[in-house]
Amino acid sequence: MSTRLTGAAVRPLQPLRRWLPFEWIVATRFLREGHVQTAFIIGGIAIGVAVIIFMSALMTGVQANMIDRTLTGQPHVQLTPAKETVRPLRDGVPGLREGAVLQAPLQRLKGIDQWQCVVAQVRDIPGVVAVSPSVTGSAVIIRGNASRVVLLTGMEPDLYYRIVTLPEKIVRGAARVTGTDIVLGTELASDLGVGVGDNLRVRGAGGATITLIVTGIFDRGNNGANGRSMFMALRTAQSPMELPGGVTTIDIAVRNAYDAETIARRIAGAADVQADSWIGTNAQFFSAVSAQTLSNTSIRFFVGLSVAFGIASVLVVSVVQKSREIGILRAMGITRGQVMRVFLLQGGLLGLVGALGGATLGALALTAWQKLMLSVDGTPMFALVFSGALFGWSLALATLTGLLAAVAPARRAARLDPVMAING
Amino acid sequence: MADGTASVPVVQLRGLHKSYAVGLANETEVLHGIDLDLRRGDFCAVMGPTGSGKSTLLNIIGLLDRPTSGTVAISGVPTVGLDDGALTRLRGHTIGFVFQYHHLLTAFTALENVMMPMLGDAGFATAEMTARAAALIDSVGLTPWRDQLVGQLSGGQEQRVAVARALAMKPALLLADEPTGNLDTKSADAVFALLREVNQSEGTTVLFVTHNPLLAPRCDRTIDVVDGRVVARGHCASDHQLLAVTRGAAVRAA
Repeated sequence: MSTRLTGAAVRPLQPLRRWLPFEWIVATRFLREGHVQTAFIIGGIAIGVAVIIFMSALMTGVQANMIDRTLTGQPHVQLTPAKETVRPLRDGVPGLREGAVLQAPLQRLKGIDQWQCVVAQVRDIPGVVAVSPSVTGSAVIIRGNASRVVLLTGMEPDLYYRIVTLPEKIVRGAARVTGTDIVLGTELASDLGVGVGDNLRVRGAGGATITLIVTGIFDRGNNGANGRSMFMALRTAQSPMELPGGVTTIDIAVRNAYDAETIARRIAGAADVQADSWIGTNAQFFSAVSAQTLSNTSIRFFVGLSVAFGIASVLVVSVVQKSREIGILRAMGITRGQVMRVFLLQGGLLGLVGALGGATLGALALTAWQKLMLSVDGTPMFALVFSGALFGWSLALATLTGLLAAVAPARRAARLDPVMAING
Repeated sequence: MADGTASVPVVQLRGLHKSYAVGLANETEVLHGIDLDLRRGDFCAVMGPTGSGKSTLLNIIGLLDRPTSGTVAISGVPTVGLDDGALTRLRGHTIGFVFQYHHLLTAFTALENVMMPMLGDAGFATAEMTARAAALIDSVGLTPWRDQLVGQLSGGQEQRVAVARALAMKPALLLADEPTGNLDTKSADAVFALLREVNQSEGTTVLFVTHNPLLAPRCDRTIDVVDGRVVARGHCASDHQLLAVTRGAAVRAA
């Protein structure tokens, strides 16, 4: 025996390599051996991960699109004069309790007090990127026998267009607003029968009338906005509004749109103005976004849970199938820890490989969506978010899910009594 | 046995009891106070009817099971009180197993199965593992099949791979639980001859459970286990040198 042991002629081999850990070698071989079972569970994980990636990208795209549409048409924070209130006058008769009846005061059109100072203060607030003073109020447009009540906004275009991207919405003419220029919506232009270059008479709330020239027509994607709003230069608008040198509104854009509420509160606390953030004025929109996020998270959670149960069930079956082999491994000196790691590794590998397949499937589905789901004009409905972080997180979470799902089967395998396992 | 290790029994059992369902109404004692010494180079057959406690005895000696009371020492190391990790390490380095069914890992080739105990132990380099496994595969006459998955081998070949695997860590003790039970006569003879060769060339102590009355007389010693008690049947006069070694073994019926 001794001479044969030392004198054996060994032909070239492809041996197991020491640099691969024992657990890795056994885990990968076990997975490879159960090829159909392994392929099915990897397929299941891949579909689950693809659904999560696709849904996440879709929802992120939808929300980004909705927020983008909302924020390019309105400021993040809008400052207006503080509302007028009434205070009852009392003669202060001792022992007399008065039941005061208060009538709400009329809210006159009035300017922001010391608005130049407010603008200067707001510009210094960290996170504020643009500040635009404007005059906003009702006006009547007269064209022959036709008239329309509109919301007139007088602004400084250099500042205002940094907040509201009106030039992008122009469909005819230009967004030029100087002197007696006026820009109005498509619906309003249609109702009044005017085009670029035509004249319009505008009568402000104070009764003053001015004549303006249409230089541009915009489409903001909303019939109400297109039928009611018009823009002109700040100095021109101050006249019909009877607010010479004054402004009624200060529009603000901030770097991070979600900081708008905090900044609004800070301004309201520092100046005698009413500060409204887009978050506060779009509560319903936010509620819809939150509901959408919640439903998306729920779906992702339950898909992840079903993936975890799939991995766990396959590994439980594997432990049962391999119990004799586990028993003999234990008999030959393999520790409980090594056995446990073999099955944990299988879970992790199933998760990782399934996630890689799922990421590929998800990317294909997203590409197909962008190519097939088009707007009327042939452009993609909205930009989907191909986020590297989304794919990275999906891979990491799927691997972690695989590992966690494997804990129970791995513990079961590690706790197998070798004698019972070997005897079946 | 000129070396000093000959004086240390490879297996030493004292007052070994094993009960199942301890503390319950159906408590059953299957081993009743067994004393047994096996020394280096012993080749001992264990015989007895089904249910007599042979396999339980083998599992306790192999550190796969724990006695209810009594002591077990393997190569002079007392095992009572050792935790599972220490028992596993001692088992891996000292004891080899061959079972009635080979229990090979079907996902691996014959050579890889023999490498497996070394792979699980951190102390072997790839070249050393491969060379030793290849030599063992050669010693059991399976070199042409060493790179085949074990599922493609015959029953006799698989059991020979199992023997080679049991020898991978150069164990002092080889426990064989009816290793020829599933084999035809020719394959059974081949496996038995292999165990005998290992015993004689390497001095490996072999404890061999068998029901085969033709194989038992070819061992140096036979032990009858009846109702959980060991009865010394004596020595088979086939190898005078080994007889001299085993004569010192204290085998007492409890």
